[in-house]
Amino acid sequence: MSPQSHSSNGNGNTPPDLLIDCKIHELFYGKFKAVRDVDVQIKTGTITAFIGPSGCGKSTALRCLNRMNDLVRGFRFKGCVNFRGQDIYDPKVDPVSVRRHIGMVFQQPNPFAMSIYRNVAFGLRLNRYRGNVAEKVEEALRGAALWDEVKDKLHQSGLSLSGGQQQRLCIARAIATEPLVLLMDEPCSALDPIATRRIEDLMQELKKRYTIAIVTHNLQQAKRVSDMTAFLYVDTANGGRTGYMVEYDRTEAIFASPKQEYTREYISGEFG
Amino acid sequence: MTDCAIPPSGDLSDLERSLRRPRSLFSWAMSVLTGAMTMAALVPLFSVLYLLVTRGGKLLSLSVLSELPPAALAPGGGFGNAIVGTVVMVTIAAALSVPFGILAAIFIAEFGSDSRTAAAVQFSAKVLTGLPSILAGVFAYAAVVVLTGGFSAPAGGVALAVLMVPTVLLTAEEAIKRVPPKMREAAIGMGATPTQVALRVVLPTALPGISTGVMLAVARAAGETAPLLFTALFSDYWISRSAPEFLPKAFGDLMKPTASLAVLIYNFSGSPFDNQIDLAWAAALVLVVIVLVVNLAGQLLARRSARP
Repeated sequence: MSPQSHSSNGNGNTPPDLLIDCKIHELFYGKFKAVRDVDVQIKTGTITAFIGPSGCGKSTALRCLNRMNDLVRGFRFKGCVNFRGQDIYDPKVDPVSVRRHIGMVFQQPNPFAMSIYRNVAFGLRLNRYRGNVAEKVEEALRGAALWDEVKDKLHQSGLSLSGGQQQRLCIARAIATEPLVLLMDEPCSALDPIATRRIEDLMQELKKRYTIAIVTHNLQQAKRVSDMTAFLYVDTANGGRTGYMVEYDRTEAIFASPKQEYTREYISGEFG
Repeated sequence: MTDCAIPPSGDLSDLERSLRRPRSLFSWAMSVLTGAMTMAALVPLFSVLYLLVTRGGKLLSLSVLSELPPAALAPGGGFGNAIVGTVVMVTIAAALSVPFGILAAIFIAEFGSDSRTAAAVQFSAKVLTGLPSILAGVFAYAAVVVLTGGFSAPAGGVALAVLMVPTVLLTAEEAIKRVPPKMREAAIGMGATPTQVALRVVLPTALPGISTGVMLAVARAAGETAPLLFTALFSDYWISRSAPEFLPKAFGDLMKPTASLAVLIYNFSGSPFDNQIDLAWAAALVLVVIVLVVNLAGQLLARRSARP
């Protein structure tokens, strides 16, 4: 049960450009073993994609990175997630402060039922930000490529925007507090291709300042945006449905010359 | 649609509407029946409103709203003290029950949703909504009147609060549970503490629903008579005859029997004197208007919450 079951980390000795070292040995929801054997290293300033069929645990793996899984009843975790030399599953770590450094954008755009301005300022208020809030809000909205569309209606409800705009609002809200890492859980699956394209372009911009991890159903999207790709698959042996990592490599390598047979079949569309 | 491509052929009469067919006849009869029942259900409401307006409306004037109750057969007079008394007691009741109800609802819906305590409290609240109001009066009589040594406005407030708590609690819980989980998730994902999630996201989002519940509870409490008979009784005078100079004195004045619209209607409607009976009608009209306005405000808030 001890989170420190691996040797390479836990003592603050991650290499300098390595930001997150995530080793999921086993992950349970109650008695159900959801994920096993995921081992992903994320470098600063890169985009890492998690791909795989539905139910393979890619979202679950992503949610491990900022302890969102703590909200699920019966969640148990064996392994470690080392973030800048600190295992975030260490009992003395406060999950709330972890999430302030590792922001998240969800599958469904989820702005709060308040104005656009207050949505973006929300995180600043949580952190009792003492500087110029209006300036920060504008900066975040520009960062999310939304400023020009909303600058004249900052005090309208965030829910009045279109789906794509709402998702960019959620990105603005997440980057307003300048986290180090941005987790994106299928951020485009509820959007049309044009809005998707805008988010993808935006990710290339965001990459300059933030490290990004993304879960996507869309193989082409992973190929277009990511530097590294982890392929997860479902193990249905023994009647269970446990997701595990098949292969993790540079995105070009995964798509051009996968080492594993499962990866090659999935990439070429032979199943899944 | 002037020229259809297919020319009519064969017998199409079975497509036409006809009351001779049993199905159509049944449908028509049921429509008439449901309409008639709806009308019948409205008859009591509108007959009461009609009587109130015709018999209570003719007396309505500024003096009726501002003067003290008259003695038997004396001309003039009003029920200003009863309006003030009702407002004061409902305010006390709201001040007691709203914090209780909302905090309990937050616990049940947000923090202890799986605990046995939450299930027990929720069940008790549901039972309490069906509590005969006279029992709330008896409870407040034992808990406040006997303890403080007399009938008073706070005692009435406590009795009404007992009736209000379950309504406030259950509607607030419902409203909090209706807050989309994705909003809660968004706040947690930003590193909001549980307190921040509850105070900055869940409560503001649920606020219209919660206010609706408070309004409904207030409307119900304003119309209650039985619990006040045991606790506030009635008074022919103002709560505080002199302007309150400082708080303790004002509070002292509250600790006397207090008039309320509901009890005034109860007392005067049984009176043998015409002037008091007329006043009872006018008071009933005023009470119904107050309850109606509060209810409408509640509906308005609810409608605003239904909008995204």
